[in-house]
Amino acid sequence: MDRNQSHRQLAAMKQSLFDQGYLDEQFIQLEELQDDANPHFAEEIVTLYFRDSSRFISNLDQAMERNPLDFGKLDSIMHQFKGSSSSIGAQKVKAECTLFREYCAAENAEGCMRSFQQLKKEYAVLRKKLETYFQLAK
Amino acid sequence: MDSGFSSPRRDAFPAGLRVLVVDDDPTWIRILEKMLKKCSYEVTTCGLAREALNLLRERKDGYDIVISDVNMPDMDGFKLLEHVGLEMDLPVIMMSVDGETSRVMKGVQHGACDYLLKPIRMKELRNIWQHVFRKRIHEAREFEGHEGFEGIHLMRNGSDQSEDGMLFSLEDMPSMKKRKDLDNNHDDKEFGDPSSTKKARVVWSVDLHQKFVKAVNQIGFDKVGPKRILDLMNVPWLTRENVASHLQKYRLYLSRLLKENDQRSSSSGTKPSDLPPRDTAGDFGFQNLTNKQQNDVAVDSFNYSDVPLQSHSSETKIRNGDLKAIVSDSIAEKRRALSGSIPGTKVSPQISLNHSSFGPLKPEGRHAVFDCTIPSTQFTWSETPEMPLKKEHKSFLQLEDSSFSHSPLHVTQRKIQGLKSHSVASVCSNPTITESEVAASVETKPMYADYKREYASSVSSIGSVVDTIPTQSKSLMENAQLSEPSSAKNLAMKTQGFNYDLEFYPENLLDEDLHFYWLQGEYYNMNWGFENIGMPEYYDPGLVAELSSHLHDSADCTLVDQGLFIA
Repeated sequence: MDRNQSHRQLAAMKQSLFDQGYLDEQFIQLEELQDDANPHFAEEIVTLYFRDSSRFISNLDQAMERNPLDFGKLDSIMHQFKGSSSSIGAQKVKAECTLFREYCAAENAEGCMRSFQQLKKEYAVLRKKLETYFQLAK
Repeated sequence: MDSGFSSPRRDAFPAGLRVLVVDDDPTWIRILEKMLKKCSYEVTTCGLAREALNLLRERKDGYDIVISDVNMPDMDGFKLLEHVGLEMDLPVIMMSVDGETSRVMKGVQHGACDYLLKPIRMKELRNIWQHVFRKRIHEAREFEGHEGFEGIHLMRNGSDQSEDGMLFSLEDMPSMKKRKDLDNNHDDKEFGDPSSTKKARVVWSVDLHQKFVKAVNQIGFDKVGPKRILDLMNVPWLTRENVASHLQKYRLYLSRLLKENDQRSSSSGTKPSDLPPRDTAGDFGFQNLTNKQQNDVAVDSFNYSDVPLQSHSSETKIRNGDLKAIVSDSIAEKRRALSGSIPGTKVSPQISLNHSSFGPLKPEGRHAVFDCTIPSTQFTWSETPEMPLKKEHKSFLQLEDSSFSHSPLHVTQRKIQGLKSHSVASVCSNPTITESEVAASVETKPMYADYKREYASSVSSIGSVVDTIPTQSKSLMENAQLSEPSSAKNLAMKTQGFNYDLEFYPENLLDEDLHFYWLQGEYYNMNWGFENIGMPEYYDPGLVAELSSHLHDSADCTLVDQGLFIA
């Protein structure tokens, strides 16, 4: 019973993550890569992602404090962040990265700031949700 | 299996494909590694472009394909792409989260065989083997204009079965091969027209190539000839034609390497001046002669004298003499240049390829152009001018069948080390050039590096010259050899434009690589069949020998164009 329940919960949560656009197809790919050698592959990757991408967040924080903003540098960091986020299928985060880069291209400092805030929010929300998800999966 | 092979090439292709993944994102590295392993590929990862280059250089024959992200922190991905393509001649796939058309275009322009957008799907990775396969076929085709071998055919069949383990190695195909010796004669006739023949080609796998190189070395460059090599190799299904053609390519390859090297160095200004693109063909020899005179460096060693090679025709003679001169000159100079300089240096000064000198040669035969890039360009000696020197640094080894035929260039076994490779290419057209010449080149391994440099400019000329010179030059060669084994090599190499290899990889090429290549055993490093790892590898003595033998087989002198001795 419990197990079935938690399975269903897990499935439901996963579905919701997809429905709400937090995750995309790439996440499924990660789960499909799981096998006997790496039974928790998806979780390992997600953990690695959050750990590694935190440096992007801190770099961006620093760069955003500059005045005036160095749009080239911001764009470059964001490009890497976007690439990294694509690895786990973090759809909303990726979308925000794209938006941010557009503001950079337009040299719109305000737009960049707003976008960055939104990005950090999305990033935090996703992290939480995935933590919960993997808890359920255990 | 073969030395230098890191993974079992015998695996059913594409399983066991050796992939090098380069990406600074640790998350992606892990994902890609996992995906590739699922495809049964052998994966190596690294997070820096420089690291990747080191890995590739360390094991020239260690990888089949490279996948790299465009945005690397230490080096522009496109630059890495270029390096890999040039030094190792491996297929490279670029990746990026950015799919902008301009970026993709840039990737293609820089030589990427594919450009993948992140996130990358597993199915996209499953098919990357096609790039490796394609390259091999392409190279094999270039090599074996008329092998008429089922090699390619087999490969094609194999690919149909794809997962079924298409055997890439020729060794695996012996059963299929039926043409054995019978074909020797048959082949001669058959591939009178290499370009038109699309028969199955012999796939020169690394193993096969190594056998080839060993045979060449065993025979000795002086005496190398397709028949002998064939006998020594003891590969039943291989024909003399195959060997001859391979020899030619080998020479071309060496020459190309030199050339490229030279070109690179020449960017500083040396090469271009020395070698007028057009003249590369027969003129090399003559030009070198010219230089030689000026240099008279190694002349002594070469028994330059009046006609070291008693070519039957006067032309030949000249050539021989030139050749020698060139060789010696170039060698001497090169050596010096080489030793002193870095690969990048343009040694050429001395050996200015004087294409003109060869003028009279007029080769009608095919010019073996070492540059692999150029698909069977056939330059005649006389015509050389057209030869696109620039064509991918082809060392125009124009082998003129016809011209040489005038004089029985029996460039036999001259140990023209350097020349060999060079001459091989050019010689092809003139069967007379004996293996000895080729052999000569083979010997100098260490000097190879030196060769290369010098070679670049003179390579082509020398090579051709050497080839044309009948055996008589043997003495010359030998002398040259004695005196400067490396020089010889250089000469040969130069012709081939090997030098350019030097240019590129100063670090590794020169001495180590060259050694490598010259060493028979090292042939593998060259990535013969699989990936053209740095050119230096091509300098395998076997190559030179091949050239010689090739020379003998005029018929065999199909254009080796691209000298890629790829299996």
